[in-house]
Amino acid sequence: MKNGRLSEFAGRDGTRTVLASIVSILIGLVVGAIVVLIVGLTSDNITLTGVWEGIRLIFAGIFSTGRNAAGGLSFGFNPTNVGNMLFRATPVIMTGLSVAMAFKTGLFNIGAPGQYLMGTMASLMLALGIPSDVVPAGLVWIIAFLGGILAGAVWGSIPGLLKALLNINEVIACIMTNWIAANVVTWAFDVSNFKNLAENTKASYVYRTTYNGVQTPKFGLDELFPGSQVNGGILIAIVMAILIYILMNKTTLGYELRACGSNRHAARYAGIRDKRNIVLSMAIAGGLSGAGAALYYLSGNTEFFWNTYQSLPDTGFNGIPVALLAANNPIGVVFTGIFMSMLDIAGLQLTSLTAYNEYITDVIIAVIVYLSAFSLVIKTLISGRRKKKAVEVQTAAAVEDGSSGPAGPEAADSGPPDVPDPDIPEDAQSRKGGAEA
Amino acid sequence: MTFLIQQTLLYAVPLMIVALAGVFAERSGIINLALEGIMIFGAFAGVLFVNIVQQTDVFMAASESGNWLALQGLELLAMLAAAVMGAIFSLLLSFASINLKADQTIGGTALNLMAPALVLFLVRLIANQNTLRMAEGDSASWFMIRKTNFGYDRTADLGFFGNTFVDRVYLATYICIILFIVLSIILYRTRFGLRLRSCGENPQASDSLGINVYKMRYAGTTISGALAGMGGFVYSLTTANCTANGDVAGFGFLALAVMIFGNWKPLNIAGAALLFGLFKCISASYPSIDINGDGVYLLNEIGLSAHFYRLLPYLITILVLAFTSKSSRAPKAEGVPYDKAKR
Repeated sequence: MKNGRLSEFAGRDGTRTVLASIVSILIGLVVGAIVVLIVGLTSDNITLTGVWEGIRLIFAGIFSTGRNAAGGLSFGFNPTNVGNMLFRATPVIMTGLSVAMAFKTGLFNIGAPGQYLMGTMASLMLALGIPSDVVPAGLVWIIAFLGGILAGAVWGSIPGLLKALLNINEVIACIMTNWIAANVVTWAFDVSNFKNLAENTKASYVYRTTYNGVQTPKFGLDELFPGSQVNGGILIAIVMAILIYILMNKTTLGYELRACGSNRHAARYAGIRDKRNIVLSMAIAGGLSGAGAALYYLSGNTEFFWNTYQSLPDTGFNGIPVALLAANNPIGVVFTGIFMSMLDIAGLQLTSLTAYNEYITDVIIAVIVYLSAFSLVIKTLISGRRKKKAVEVQTAAAVEDGSSGPAGPEAADSGPPDVPDPDIPEDAQSRKGGAEA
Repeated sequence: MTFLIQQTLLYAVPLMIVALAGVFAERSGIINLALEGIMIFGAFAGVLFVNIVQQTDVFMAASESGNWLALQGLELLAMLAAAVMGAIFSLLLSFASINLKADQTIGGTALNLMAPALVLFLVRLIANQNTLRMAEGDSASWFMIRKTNFGYDRTADLGFFGNTFVDRVYLATYICIILFIVLSIILYRTRFGLRLRSCGENPQASDSLGINVYKMRYAGTTISGALAGMGGFVYSLTTANCTANGDVAGFGFLALAVMIFGNWKPLNIAGAALLFGLFKCISASYPSIDINGDGVYLLNEIGLSAHFYRLLPYLITILVLAFTSKSSRAPKAEGVPYDKAKR
């Protein structure tokens, strides 16, 4: 901290946000490792070697190359894993962008799963329905991609309209439209003739788009990462992220959308059409989710399980942690999306190589999201020495309150009068932090 | 008709009790988006409890000798276990949103992500598959109350009332209804309830009158967690055959909708839950519903697709919300972390 430029760099809000996210990620991974350790120690059929292998895979699963001749884990650059990571990151980046974009405009888009499903339905039906011997396959791909975006946008604008016109909480409207979408999609594919009848074992899946000769171009990525599913979708996702960044930060429309998010009434007073903007931002968010679905299912090597009315796609919900971890920054979403799918790959390695299963990575993600909920506290913790002492008081108070559970505040109140109230420094500190942010 | 009422109650009661859980949290000023997650966790805790305890000699003997009172005791204990675990799980939300003043929506979302992940991780390790079942038998054979339990003959007709509310029912349903009534009275007719509600409307004023806002909010979310955890187990017991697979079919979110739809008031919530339960029941079993008992299965003969009935509950909720939302009023201070320094 003696270096002035360094401390200036560390003091910047953006830097602190990134650092807070990294701290959250590290704590999340450590918690995951602890869970693996506890489970391993209490379980009879997991040895200490197994525990150690599980912990190593949590931190470095992406570099896993399986087992060597001696039976131990081997690590190194694994092009298949990296390629699959990029492929799986594509839809999550898009739903993450969707959630982040809505958050920036003050809306909680928990409707990403429904928008994703509608995008899936539209793009698959267009890609399989337009005969590719009449229309060139490349054009079919573009039509299906745009159709997916449009379907997602329409589905996203429904909660937007309900909120703008009828003042219905968008969270509830999104949840209802999610389940309606799940039923509509099942219904539509049930009566369609896109069900895979060519392969006996695939009856509950829709045809792959390659049946109609439609697939996302690879742009040479398959030669970079041989043996993986990667295609040009990841590049399109990155371009979309940059476009959303420009839209939100460099255009008048983006400014208006963000103004509505900060204070809807103030924005209206300033002459911004708040109702139109709410619908518009939900439509854009829905379009992004739909695009994610289109990029995933138009790749040609993915299959859609159409009988989905009892469950919603995880990809939609995973957009929420991706956006939160990136602090709703569109460029950050690209990195956190790739990070999430890296955890995904680590989970698969864990399932195939050890006695553990892939759900531990979901636990890690949940811990990270939980930590990002109070990223402000973490930010204050890592910002400079000057406030270190005050922060210590604050965390001590917080820990004290938390560890003693519901009785904590009561104990503080009924304590002897000469003991200072632990709430006071905490409040003073949070006011300070609020002024800085 | 008997069938329709029984099925409707099976769906409506968990919704009702979990929506009341939401009311306790939101009336104290904390948005509890984690209802779904807490339900999942509670269902897991309850099923695991049943799975472990039913293997003890006492209950195996009770099951074999038909000692149904002992089995009802086991059911009650499992409900209690689910409530306790739900309350403990909800402390994560209370700690983040009360002590650390974190964003409550994000905290709730984190719990919603955490519960299914943790439950599936543990279930896979315990049961070696994705669903945790009872160790022996199923929920109907162990826990369902039948008229034969009261000494009636298998063919006896107890009349409409008896057939509907005494035969083939679960004790859990009635416990939940009683709890719902008692807790509603506590919320509206006691000093504690008034104080809790005041913290959700104007915490600064409550604080100035010597009410500990933090304590009240902890109380609200903890009661909320206990009810949601119990509701999760009741859902799993009565409609999912006492299994836990990290999923409660979106019932936690539906309960949130029921709560908003019921305008944060217990009586309206009961009505909303019954309406929703009715449509859920219709979607689940419309081909076999015989409304007036004349042997005509009307809903089946209309010839509408099953998919239509399945999306009906959600569509109806949106439509009803569209007509009632103008008059809906959320607790004023919900979602705002309490800061003593603010006025």
